[in-house]
Amino acid sequence: MIRALFPARLRRPVRYRLRRILTEATSALLGAVILAWSLVPVYNMFLVALDPTGHNEFTWEIWPSDPTLAAFVALWTGEVEDVRDIWLQFGNSIYIGFFVMMLTVLAGSLASFAIGRMRLVKEWKLTSITLLTYVIPSSTLIIPFHRVMHIYGLLDNPWAVIAAEVTFATPYAILVLLYYAKLIPIELDDAARIDGASVIQLYLRIYLPLMAPALAAVGTYALLFAWNDYFYQYMLLSSEKNTTVAMGLEQFFDDDDAPWNYMMAIAILYSLPPIAIFYALRRYMASGLIAGGIKG
Amino acid sequence: MNGTPAVLVARGPIARRQPEAPVWRSHLHGSDLSWSIIFVSPYAALFAAFIIYPIGYGLWMGSHPPLYGELLSDPRYIRAAINTVIFIGLAVNVQMILALLLSGFFMRRRRWIKALLAIYILPWTLPAVPAYLSFHWMLVAYPQGLPNNLLMALFGIEGPFWFNHNWLAVACNITANIWKWMPLWTLIFLGGRMAIPQDLYDAADIDGASLYQRFAYVTVPLLANLYLISTLISTIWTFSDYAPVLFVSGGTPDFGSDVVSTLGFHYWLDYANPPLAVAAGLSVLPLLIPIVILLMYRLKKAEVQL
Repeated sequence: MIRALFPARLRRPVRYRLRRILTEATSALLGAVILAWSLVPVYNMFLVALDPTGHNEFTWEIWPSDPTLAAFVALWTGEVEDVRDIWLQFGNSIYIGFFVMMLTVLAGSLASFAIGRMRLVKEWKLTSITLLTYVIPSSTLIIPFHRVMHIYGLLDNPWAVIAAEVTFATPYAILVLLYYAKLIPIELDDAARIDGASVIQLYLRIYLPLMAPALAAVGTYALLFAWNDYFYQYMLLSSEKNTTVAMGLEQFFDDDDAPWNYMMAIAILYSLPPIAIFYALRRYMASGLIAGGIKG
Repeated sequence: MNGTPAVLVARGPIARRQPEAPVWRSHLHGSDLSWSIIFVSPYAALFAAFIIYPIGYGLWMGSHPPLYGELLSDPRYIRAAINTVIFIGLAVNVQMILALLLSGFFMRRRRWIKALLAIYILPWTLPAVPAYLSFHWMLVAYPQGLPNNLLMALFGIEGPFWFNHNWLAVACNITANIWKWMPLWTLIFLGGRMAIPQDLYDAADIDGASLYQRFAYVTVPLLANLYLISTLISTIWTFSDYAPVLFVSGGTPDFGSDVVSTLGFHYWLDYANPPLAVAAGLSVLPLLIPIVILLMYRLKKAEVQL
């Protein structure tokens, strides 16, 4: 009797332990795959950037055989012909990115406040109108956009790029902000009104502080948008003094003899600002994105 | 005469109470209305100047029917149209499904999984041009790019020349696109999963639900709308995403991996034919407009539910 009971009692924990070990092993394996998948292209950047010539693709190497920071040093001292304008380009990219971020947050928060909190019109009307932005792919819209910018006299002016990028980043920003704003009880506004708050005070003292996480998420999104863009910058800017990093990087594309180690060094430096901002604001981003998780 | 001040005094508080009650929320008047309009005006101005006007201009540029005959007689356009459908169909659906599944993996409460999530997000935070150029550089170097080297080191096989064949090149572009954008959707689904109350899963556990049943009968129904809206937005964005094609394969071999948007760039810049380029872009509208309308409808419905 007792013998008959024992195996049955033991079997359960053993089976559970086995299942747990299997789950852990599977998730460790999956984790390794995710790690490799995410990092291989990034690793490749470092592999090329750390090579003395940048032409290590013709060796069968997986590890850098002769790593050197020469490419980064050369960028710093500016002694190489191909990359002399790099800091000017960085300045232009930062200028454009900064204003795209600020203006998207400003236009998005103002519009979402007027619609979401003041109920100027029904929300779905605004979201429907903003979605018109996406009816024609932006890669096609650039062509009439170029003509229109010519008419406005804004060609070869960073503000043309800023206007374009803010216009394309704002609809998504409004969408995220409207949904996040629903988490803030409207009674707060009512209470402030009874205390005599004006519309501007509602916006500045209640809306903006409570929306901070969503604003951080939206601002980072706008910066990434500006940093990701290449074609609008390429088409709307032409003179050397307005060149951005993305445009500078592209010049290496068709050139097989190009100093790829410099290019990858630039690519790594160019990647740093959005990564730094993203990870600095990660806590905010998470909650902003959750609300912006477009719940429904 | 004597009565008037009394009436005014008596009306004062009533008049003040009215705007404070829900009335001011339903229809605005006075300074509220003007402030609301002032608040919307920056975006409205942007929208009119940089969306309405260019869209109108574009529609006018691409409004000549012969342009479309010219497009259809160009084999490169046919190729690009097929590529576009394949690109969007595969890239969007694969990244959405994987993101949905991976968001479940990242829900696990382990410290190393949190750290892994931080690394996993990296592709999304990397700017598109350098990231795709790194892909290009890995794949264009034949036979010794990093993927081929890894293939050789791990399995001893010699990798192909990735951009020598249409489908292989398209597959590379799709992979690059998935790599770049999957983290964003994973984060969004992760947010959606976190919003699902834990008691639903507890109840399912008490009923003896398996892992699959928990996923299929709790997670999926609750995330369905989020999933649909995200898929629609991702589809719309992918229609205008030229970067993976332009920078990873560059349209090689011989326009074989071009999509409609990058072919439009060729029409515009290499053949100096902007109307044809606009027509190529507008030719995706029959696919794109239903998606936008469906998205508008879903967002409106989502708002009603909230």
